[in-house]
Amino acid sequence: MITVNNLTKNFGSLQVLRGVSCQIAPKEVVVVIGPSGSGKSTFLRCLNQLETATSGEIIINGTKITDPKTNINLVRQEVGMVFQRFNLFPHMTALENVALAPMKVRKQTRAEAEELAMSLLKRVGLQDKAHQYPEKLSGGQQQRVAIARALAMRPKIMLFDEPTSALDPEMVGEVLEVIKSLAFEGMTMVVVSHEMGFAREVGDRVFFMDEGLILEEGTPEEIFNNPQNPRTKAFLSKIL
Amino acid sequence: MDLKFELIWSYLPLLLEGAKLTVQLTVFAVAIGTVIGLFVSLLRISNFKPVSWAAKIYVDFFRGTPLLVQIFLFYYGVPQLLGLDSMSRHMAGIIALGLNSGAYVAEIFRSGIQSIHKGQMEAARSLGMTYPQAMRYVVLPQAFKVSIPPLGNEFIAMLKDSSLVSVISLPELMQSGRMVANRVYRPFETFILVALLYLVMTTTISQFVSYLERVFGKDDHSQ
Ligand SMILES: Nc1ncnc2c1ncn2[C@@H]1O[C@H](COP(=O)(O)OP(=O)(O)OP(=O)(O)O)[C@@H](O)[C@H]1O
Ligand SMILES: [Mg+2]
Repeated sequence: MITVNNLTKNFGSLQVLRGVSCQIAPKEVVVVIGPSGSGKSTFLRCLNQLETATSGEIIINGTKITDPKTNINLVRQEVGMVFQRFNLFPHMTALENVALAPMKVRKQTRAEAEELAMSLLKRVGLQDKAHQYPEKLSGGQQQRVAIARALAMRPKIMLFDEPTSALDPEMVGEVLEVIKSLAFEGMTMVVVSHEMGFAREVGDRVFFMDEGLILEEGTPEEIFNNPQNPRTKAFLSKIL
Repeated sequence: MDLKFELIWSYLPLLLEGAKLTVQLTVFAVAIGTVIGLFVSLLRISNFKPVSWAAKIYVDFFRGTPLLVQIFLFYYGVPQLLGLDSMSRHMAGIIALGLNSGAYVAEIFRSGIQSIHKGQMEAARSLGMTYPQAMRYVVLPQAFKVSIPPLGNEFIAMLKDSSLVSVISLPELMQSGRMVANRVYRPFETFILVALLYLVMTTTISQFVSYLERVFGKDDHSQ
């Protein structure tokens, strides 16, 4: 479903991704871990071309998205993204946040889009907050609205960049529950997260990234219980 | 000291006529300026260098040269350039003020747009919206809100600066004041009255802007 070949990304003279390759199968849940600055966010952002790759190729569902001729807006409709800092639209209510893209991109009527938005807000447990503005919501609630907003485009793949690391500890659970439920429904997902319990429970594979490379990959058991690479060991001993 | 306001009292309608033209010139100039300013601010932030440079040259020219020179340029210079006999004073005045205002408004909108966190654009784009859609529905509504106070200041500045078109004898408030002062030989009374009329207009605008700020900022939706 996702194939990445020799992906590199430079910011000026700084090489942030130094030849990342991987394959991700449909319905697979990949958890990406690694130290700060190792390129996890950059990798994820390349997958929906918020960053343009310097070299290498990314193929999603048979479409080579690194090809400049590809209509990236069509690709992004299939690839949802959830950000660390939520990035809800502050001038719109929760419902409007979720309904905007279906209306403007999928050209649904307002009634259709709002019905869809309401059902998604229900799904993340926030139908009673539909008419609130983001500033009136807690961090956990904002992140759940952000997930509903991404789901409104009916994506086939979801990307999560540290979705719980900006949250107060008591709100982490509610957001992880929503992400887990997506995993159980068979959504293909790439999740940057250091929540080990979550990774063990829903992760099919874990990628350990360091200095712009996937240094080690394996099942959660393999990576957490029996890491091979010394750098993986060193990293895990710091965060566990 | 012997002030004789009653002497200019009969000229009040003339001054009010002038004030009316001042308001008209200002409203037209700011309306033109807002349209141009929005357009130019979008060009200015373009990643395509020739486009953003062209926008910057426009902005720098109109902000970096005296408005008085710009007025002369349009009233005397442009007809010469186009081989016309002359240009209407109103037309020249409105074009000069409008283009000047456009440069200032472009900078207001540009900094408004740049004050919006880039995560907003990214969130919109990640949903499959095109750049123009993301601008129109996500970034500009927020940028416009933060631009209201500086736009109000620009409106007030334009109202005052419009007095400069008196040099091409447009009978706006300043020019009317000069006419009255010459007729009754009472410059102090006349220009005090002119000043008060300007003050009434600028105060009205700033009241209106505070009102808009209250309406749009009712519950501050910015994060
Ligand atoms: N737009 C940018 N311009 C320049 N440098 C950047 C940019 N984005 C990221 N970098 C740099 O690239 C490197 C990798 O950043 P990235 O955000 O991908 O790391 P990360 O693994 O997600 O880290 P963290 O765990 O802190 O989120 C860092 O050194 C960062 O400073
Ligand atoms: Mg990151």
